[in-house]
Amino acid sequence: MAEPFTITGIAAPLPVNNLDTDQIMPKQFLLGIDKSGLARGLLYDLRFDADGRAREQFVLNRPEYRGAKILLGGSNFGCGSSREHAVWGLQQAGFEAVIAPGYGEIFYFNSTNNRLLLVTLPPEQIEALITEIERSDDKQLSIDVESEVLLTSSCKRYPFSLPARQKQMLVERLYMIGMTLRQEEAIDAFEARHWAAQPWCRIDLPAQQRRPGTESQQA
Amino acid sequence: MSSHTLYRKLVDSHTVSIIDADHVLLYADLHIMNEYTSPQAFAGLREKGLRVRRPRQQMGVVDHVIPTRPVPVAARTIEIVDAAKQATNFTRNCAEHGIHLFDVDDPVQGIEHVVAPEIGLIRPGMVVLCGDSHTTTYGALGALGFGIGTSEVEHVLATQTLVYRVAKDMRIVVDGALPPGTTSKDLVLHIIARIGAQGARGYAVEYAGEAIAALSAEARMTLCNMTVEAGARAALIAPDRTTLDYVCAKVRDLDTQTLEAARNAWSQLRSDADARFDVEHRFDATRVAPYVTWGTSPDQAVPVDGLIPAATEGSGLDLATMRKALDYIGLPAGAPIEGTPIDRVFIGSCTNARIEDLRAAAQIVRGRKVASTVRAMVVPGSGMVRDQAEREGIAQVLIDAGFEWRQPGCSLCLAMNDDVLAPGERCASTTNRNFEGRQGRASKTHLMSPAMAAAAAIAGRIVDIRKELTHG
Repeated sequence: MAEPFTITGIAAPLPVNNLDTDQIMPKQFLLGIDKSGLARGLLYDLRFDADGRAREQFVLNRPEYRGAKILLGGSNFGCGSSREHAVWGLQQAGFEAVIAPGYGEIFYFNSTNNRLLLVTLPPEQIEALITEIERSDDKQLSIDVESEVLLTSSCKRYPFSLPARQKQMLVERLYMIGMTLRQEEAIDAFEARHWAAQPWCRIDLPAQQRRPGTESQQA
Repeated sequence: MSSHTLYRKLVDSHTVSIIDADHVLLYADLHIMNEYTSPQAFAGLREKGLRVRRPRQQMGVVDHVIPTRPVPVAARTIEIVDAAKQATNFTRNCAEHGIHLFDVDDPVQGIEHVVAPEIGLIRPGMVVLCGDSHTTTYGALGALGFGIGTSEVEHVLATQTLVYRVAKDMRIVVDGALPPGTTSKDLVLHIIARIGAQGARGYAVEYAGEAIAALSAEARMTLCNMTVEAGARAALIAPDRTTLDYVCAKVRDLDTQTLEAARNAWSQLRSDADARFDVEHRFDATRVAPYVTWGTSPDQAVPVDGLIPAATEGSGLDLATMRKALDYIGLPAGAPIEGTPIDRVFIGSCTNARIEDLRAAAQIVRGRKVASTVRAMVVPGSGMVRDQAEREGIAQVLIDAGFEWRQPGCSLCLAMNDDVLAPGERCASTTNRNFEGRQGRASKTHLMSPAMAAAAAIAGRIVDIRKELTHG
């Protein structure tokens, strides 16, 4: 059951709003049929120039942020495309948490499903945290998931609140498909009711025999 | 009886069970898949030894990685090795589980959100899920559609349901009539520019009002499609005569009696008169102008006669965001957006590649020529759209003007196939996202309507379509 845990590590600031998943995981890294190899694609165009050389100024290329486990971002972090590759890439690159004022909806659910911790704090607190980290030699933050408190190296405390479901997913490591499959009888019963009430909602698309559009045009 | 919004009615009518105060187990009438967000979901099923619960409620289509070279449909192939592998893998997965796939060489193949409505699979009152954020498109037909991630794709395949957090309700009422030269694309850019890229985050948006009622079914799809760019979880328009006429013309598998019953049910599908919305916005359609994005987020948009803003407002994160966008787009702050020279024009995507979009573009370019400095292409939304445009003579008008007339796919909207902008190229695009690098590394995207993009192709720069109308 529940195991209390804390994430402690270097926090890298990426102070920009609306950091979309196209930037987090560009298109050329989306052609796989498994989840592998995505660490390389993470924030690729921000990390590397057109010739593939590391941009020295970019936060993740600076020595003091090497090995960062936490990303500090702006509002609407992970907006845009539904690509779960963005979350897989963050995790494969060693990130265990993101702290931002808010998240793109699909990114939020993808993170929850992969147990990537998302901490939500108001923009002013994010800005204060970024300033503190940039000025300090110690770039570490500590996130206590159980008690929902974030601690800076100078012992400033930032309480946050974790939605119950996200916490449950993180701490109890729920297996969602398994849980839903235990409700199969309820799904069966729902389908019977639903199709009786709204038969027009029942889609019946057989595998490769006829094509609804073209077939009826000829008819 | 308490009163409900249309959104809540759709959620309630698809709730298998209540999970907790915020979550329900939501039933999906239809699940649509593409080749790039589904492979890991099928792999997950295989690892766990699970089957697809309802194979006949799945639709597959190859759209993101497919090349759009204008070769005959039956001769379409994918050259990029990894993309070809992804498509082959998808074919195998669909075959293994008995799922209908519109494959690379299928005449019905096209962009998922263009194909599904046109073959009559999207109907009012349905819940439709897909591993693609622009699934919000289906709200145009009174269906609850929204994008999901790959873990959720796997969950839907295995259970035909989703663990779903119920959204809050927002209503956006648009009064008045859209002025000549403006479309639902301009309306949605206007709305996003006002409420912001996260202005509807956490909400299901229901559109209502005179201006919405006047929109065609396809124009409504453009509006609902791009509402996700304001962060919305879903977009909805209550079914009306326009909806029913569109849907009934497309649906093929219902007998007369069932269709009649469906029409009755669909025409009653709306928010109760006294339903409460958590947030309401009101817009005046008469104030909408042709919109163009200047930056790297869809909310960074101005009327075509407006100015690119300067990075002087705000502080902290807001200021940093503004500076990053201006730096990337390479245009001077304070300058007019009109007159900006462009290198490329792209008419396509799930936002604006339906027949009405192509008609609007053709009307602008008829008898004219694409500027010699511009490479312009049209990628129809589907095989059916392409065929219809050819039958109507629109294709020839576009070809005569100098546009490339290509095969369907997502193409240059996200440049996952071989349609990619070169670094530094600036594109007038009918797509949905002007994100950094979206159309190619260091490329620059300006979102606009099909007519505006067509006019930009002719002029070689961004122009105000309204000036052409007065000439006309």
